[in-house]
Amino acid sequence: MIMKQLEEKIFKVIMICAAIVILGVLVFIISTVFYKGLPALTLDMITKLPGGGFYLGKEGGVLNAIAGSVYIILGALAISIVISVPLVMYINFYLPLNSFFSAAIRFSLDILFGIPSIVYGAFGFALMVYLGVRASLLGGILTVAMLIMPIMMRSFDEITRLLSHDLPDALLSLGATKFEMVKVLMRQLMPGLVTAILLAIGRGIGDAATVLFTAGYTDNIPASLNQPAATLPLSIFFQLGSPVEEVQNRAYASAIILTVIILILSFSARYFSSKFSKNKI
Amino acid sequence: MRRLRAVKDKTARYFMLGIAIFTILFLLAIGLSLFFKALPIMKEKNLWVLLTSSDWKPFKGDFGFLPFILSTFYVSLIAIIIALPFSILTSIYLNSYASKTVKRFFEPVIDLLSGIPPVIYGIWGTLTIVPLIANKIAPVFVEFSSGYTVLAGGIVLAVMIIPLLISIMVEVFRSIPKEMIDASLSMGATRWQTVKKVILRKSISGIIAATVLALSRAFGETMAVLMVCGNITQIPHSIFDACYPLPALIANNYGEMLSLPSYESALMFSAFLLFIIVVLFNGISRFTLNQIEKRYQF
Repeated sequence: MIMKQLEEKIFKVIMICAAIVILGVLVFIISTVFYKGLPALTLDMITKLPGGGFYLGKEGGVLNAIAGSVYIILGALAISIVISVPLVMYINFYLPLNSFFSAAIRFSLDILFGIPSIVYGAFGFALMVYLGVRASLLGGILTVAMLIMPIMMRSFDEITRLLSHDLPDALLSLGATKFEMVKVLMRQLMPGLVTAILLAIGRGIGDAATVLFTAGYTDNIPASLNQPAATLPLSIFFQLGSPVEEVQNRAYASAIILTVIILILSFSARYFSSKFSKNKI
Repeated sequence: MRRLRAVKDKTARYFMLGIAIFTILFLLAIGLSLFFKALPIMKEKNLWVLLTSSDWKPFKGDFGFLPFILSTFYVSLIAIIIALPFSILTSIYLNSYASKTVKRFFEPVIDLLSGIPPVIYGIWGTLTIVPLIANKIAPVFVEFSSGYTVLAGGIVLAVMIIPLLISIMVEVFRSIPKEMIDASLSMGATRWQTVKKVILRKSISGIIAATVLALSRAFGETMAVLMVCGNITQIPHSIFDACYPLPALIANNYGEMLSLPSYESALMFSAFLLFIIVVLFNGISRFTLNQIEKRYQF
């Protein structure tokens, strides 16, 4: 009798310890980045392009990388929204419930979601060589779009599945076509789409392996789709490789910028998804 | 007017069908194009030799992938060994013990851990884990270690796969019917006895599926591992040796070596290898997880 109470107590303590360790690691990671990066973080970092001797420790910032990352993610988002939204609507409202086809699509999305970003990067590069496109903003956009599309589709699908079938039934019984029905439902699903988009941005903006061969690197802000584009993760990676200490410190400062972006995205995704569960019928 | 609505509806339907078919074919397209890119090297060399030789001299035409395959395997194995106990314990805690407040507090923690970019994990690893291994852990066991080791890669990778493991396991535990748990508790079992005899036993297939899925994620992780594991072409003999996993090999060399066609093909072969393993692992574990989800849906 005593034994089983004792066992209960011991394992409860072990479990709480495991949870605390995981929480501790998160705090440890974020504080390490902030501790190392804060001294080098100046306003110049986010408002200036790299100057002449930037990689020797002279002045400048990583505006090129921030702008490049934003351009790439915006382009990739545009492509993946245009493809994701119709697909999710199709498997949820056009195909019959539990059909084999929708199961097959969901299954392939699961697998696409698991493919490592380096494989997308290699595939994207092979595709670009085949099409005769050089490492450029366009290449980066296409490859990142491949990476974030499954993420967006899966999380949007998960939220759409929660929608009760009363509203679609009511719309159809009023004589709406399926397409008209979907247009109305989209309003209801808007917060869900926003959550999916934010998650996709978070994954796409932080990934280095996809853009490593496809987007190239430059010290300027790309002015057209054919020009190479710098990205924030790659900029961090290259600055870290420098033997000069100031440059390394600036890598940590750039890491703060990236971390803050991810924190904001993650919390706003949470905010929008909680909003969705409130609006749910 | 009525015609127009019908036409719009039809057009939208075919457009969507097209996208749906495209999504399924896309997976096939990636696999096939990687396969055809890797074909030259597979024709040139025996497949068995490619996989089991450890001679890596690209300029002499020797491509033995064994060091890279073993490195990938060891790093991922260590990551799973470290991550699994923490993930199982935490998910049991979140599922059966924690109050609503604790659960709600832990959700963003898991979200953030899975949202942190690989590069940040890499920085954290080089700043904290690598020196820790070089100065504190390794000297106890071996004479010298740079810190950029299999162990460092494994630890960083473990942290990266923990959120995936926890989120899937919590789902698996949640799918167990409440009646079973209530029955066990009402027979006088303690919470832990219920966990041990009902929850864990019922969800063993789910835990295995989650592990396989996390393993496939670990195989493909590139930047973070590349930054902490040393990148020396050798078969690691202990966890304090440097290693060189497949994704790091692709990331470090691809793009520069296009002048040597067989080298490019060899790198594509490693991408193809990763693709096949990941698709296989993912397919099996997703299938299992879907079955579990279906079994308990009433």
